[in-house]
Amino acid sequence: MTDAALPNAAANLRQVVEARLKKRHAQEMRFRLYGRMAIIVALSFLALLLGRIVTQGYSTFIDYQIAVPVHLDASRIDKADPTGANYDLLVAESVLAKLGEKDDEFGEKSGKVMEIMSNDLGFQLLKMVREDPTLIGKTITVTGPVKSDAALYFKGQIKRSTPQDSRKLDDQQLDWMDKLKASGAVTSGFNVSFLTNSDSTEPEQAGVLGAIVGSAMMLLVTACLAVPIGVLAATYLEEFAPKNRWTDIIEVNINNLAAVPSIVYGLLGLAVFINWLAVPRSSPLLGGMVLALMALPTIIIATRSALKAVPPSIREAALGVGASRTQTVFHHVLPLAMPGVMTGAILSLAHALGETAPLLMIGMISFVPGVPEGFTGAATVLPVQVFIWENASERGFHERTAAAIIVLLVFMIVMNLAAILVRRRFERRW
Amino acid sequence: MLTWIALTALLLFSLATYMAGRRKALATTGGKSVLLHSLPGYYGSYAALWVGVPAALLILLFAMFGGRLEAGLLRADPPAAVAALTAPQQDVFYDDARAIAHGGQPSETIYAGDLKTALDAKAAKSTQLGDLIQFGSLALGAVLALVGILIAYPRIGPQFRARNKVEGWVAGLFIVCSVTAILTTAGIVASLVWESWRFFQAVPIHEFLFGTEWNPQIAMRADQYAGTGAFGAVPLFIGTFLIMMIAMVVAAPIGLYSAIYLSEYANPLTRSVVKPLLEILAGVPTVVYGFFAALTVGPIFRSFFNWIGAQLAGGSLDGLAQYLMQVQNQMALVAGAVMGIMLIPFVSSLSDDIINAVPQSLRDGSLAMGATRSETVKKVVLPAALPGIMAAMLLAVSRAVGETMIVTMAAGLQAKTTLNPLDTVTTVTVQIVTLLTGDQEFDSPKTLSAFGLGLTLFVVTLMLNIVALRIVQKYREQYD
Repeated sequence: MTDAALPNAAANLRQVVEARLKKRHAQEMRFRLYGRMAIIVALSFLALLLGRIVTQGYSTFIDYQIAVPVHLDASRIDKADPTGANYDLLVAESVLAKLGEKDDEFGEKSGKVMEIMSNDLGFQLLKMVREDPTLIGKTITVTGPVKSDAALYFKGQIKRSTPQDSRKLDDQQLDWMDKLKASGAVTSGFNVSFLTNSDSTEPEQAGVLGAIVGSAMMLLVTACLAVPIGVLAATYLEEFAPKNRWTDIIEVNINNLAAVPSIVYGLLGLAVFINWLAVPRSSPLLGGMVLALMALPTIIIATRSALKAVPPSIREAALGVGASRTQTVFHHVLPLAMPGVMTGAILSLAHALGETAPLLMIGMISFVPGVPEGFTGAATVLPVQVFIWENASERGFHERTAAAIIVLLVFMIVMNLAAILVRRRFERRW
Repeated sequence: MLTWIALTALLLFSLATYMAGRRKALATTGGKSVLLHSLPGYYGSYAALWVGVPAALLILLFAMFGGRLEAGLLRADPPAAVAALTAPQQDVFYDDARAIAHGGQPSETIYAGDLKTALDAKAAKSTQLGDLIQFGSLALGAVLALVGILIAYPRIGPQFRARNKVEGWVAGLFIVCSVTAILTTAGIVASLVWESWRFFQAVPIHEFLFGTEWNPQIAMRADQYAGTGAFGAVPLFIGTFLIMMIAMVVAAPIGLYSAIYLSEYANPLTRSVVKPLLEILAGVPTVVYGFFAALTVGPIFRSFFNWIGAQLAGGSLDGLAQYLMQVQNQMALVAGAVMGIMLIPFVSSLSDDIINAVPQSLRDGSLAMGATRSETVKKVVLPAALPGIMAAMLLAVSRAVGETMIVTMAAGLQAKTTLNPLDTVTTVTVQIVTLLTGDQEFDSPKTLSAFGLGLTLFVVTLMLNIVALRIVQKYREQYD
């Protein structure tokens, strides 16, 4: 190698290094881009998920009510037995009269009207007449929801442009509905009945009250069982237990239990609680017991980490002035760990609120048309209600499913916010 | 009702003993609590515990198991007419007798002649036994409470170590609570093993594990138990595996790259916004994901594949096109993809913790040598974090295998042995749900097979967790 070749080689090397550096920086940029893309993809999934649910569900909160003056014809209602009359037909005929149409002899038109009016109107009439038979012969106005298909038309989800054969309502029914709307007989407003009714076979009358009450009762049972047991177990393991094989087994056990699929807890509930202990099926008590077992490991783990965060000096000071170990824990350590314990407990209860699979195993899937009667009566809960409605074939239930999900998510958000508030407000760092 | 009244009375009585115990302790030292071994309240608590706890436990036990005891006693010495009935008929007979006695709803079976008299006799006996058990348990509870007083009250005195004794009770409570965790596991294992054992008596275990045909819905007859091959779970295992793999293909890269970006690149602001958002994704109930999969993702995927099929139709790939045009909503891809979305936050938060646990000195060393950030991540941080990330992935797999609602709502019911993601498959959890919702008879292999599947699921997820924890434990302290 001559001296003249050296600068040349250096320049060459420089070129090589610079080229490689460029490549490496490009690689760096690409890598960073992948990371960014991953986050964007994940967040757009979240946006899509929540967005779809809101767009599918918000329309449930608007409902269309119709007010119909009905003449309670004395010749058609038996005073002695008012239950026997066909109130739906009376309503339908009143609507036809309002539309200025006459029913044909086969009752075809009134049949068509019944397809767009909820039978809740007829029920209301029956109830009124039963309470006050003197109403027979008078004209009274009842207000009730239109059938869910009709409401879907008003909301623009059933369109006139769709060919008549492939939609539920024919052109004549659509014309009538337009006419009723124009005449002011049909009014829209906030759908209160969705929050005050319980499950029903008719989409326009189905609501979530029963499910909300059921969920609340079930969570109450879960909280009463899981929180005390979990906190005491965690306290024992963290503060008292000697380090030996037994406590090791318990510890490994708890970690494993936290990862057991929830459906297995359902099988446990079925085999042990129902078949062996004879706890009533599909009751909030049973659901609460199963979910309590499921929530227990999470509560224990959260409590233990809260207890670990309390500095040993607190314990030493208490022991130093003569408190016993039990007094130290109950008077000083646990109160200081309480914010952490409560946060963990609320979060695991929120998780239990959204749990569905184990509840299907213990028969909570049955149709319950009212508010649960007690802790041992049949009940349904919000997530299971979502599951039941999702399986229903009527289109009106689809928007209600999404609306029930919105209600469920609101409750979960409230619980999570509560947990965050507790943490922010009371957490202490040493 | 009576039980609740008794328990309330017991509570009031315990409170009274608390007051009395406290007063007696103070009285023995002339009102000077300094002379007592423990604070006066402990003496009261000691007496109250002895009075309340054993009696309350007894009453509760009888309230829970009294009915069974009664049913068992009722079956003693059956009349000849009843003894002649078959076992299920006898069950109905005794249930009816108890229903009549306790104002329940008897079945619609018609009893005549001897059976009718026997039924009435048994119903009367049932009322009698029920009363006996209820009042007997209450009387026994009262006796226990009084015995409690007799044990505890005389012991109260200035030298008596009441606090230590009360703390002994508290320690007992602690241990009972801790053992609940063990009992839960024992309950899970026992119930799964017991019911599965009954199932494996009808269907041999090798046929269940290695059989390739799954069709439990067919009517089971007595002569049909073995050899039909309708309980071969291999298609379910393959379906579960397929959906799990799809989910991991979605969740592993997205979750891992998000974690890397968040821990290595993102500024604190981005991190503080993105992390909670990802946690929302983790907090969404699985039934919501199921709804999303069934009514949003399913139709989108189907119309996408149908559209591709329509484009290809008539060309050289006509066979494929025809297939694509017939794809259904309920394909494995839909359930797998949505499950993957559900697992993203799970993978990312676990990986995030693990990546953050890699000591900063390793990164600093690598950067100081001139490596770029991505080279540091790829060549230093990830290898160091690899065991933890492996464990995180295994935990995610265990989640995917045990996930129920998404697959129940978005995957099919047809058991097919296929690895085609566009096909309908079914999973272990879906089958458990379908077999156990609705009417159940606990002696048919159809119902019991759900427990066989549950046992398999439990064992597999347990293994995955144990392996994951082992990996973490073994490599955790490598750099500390």
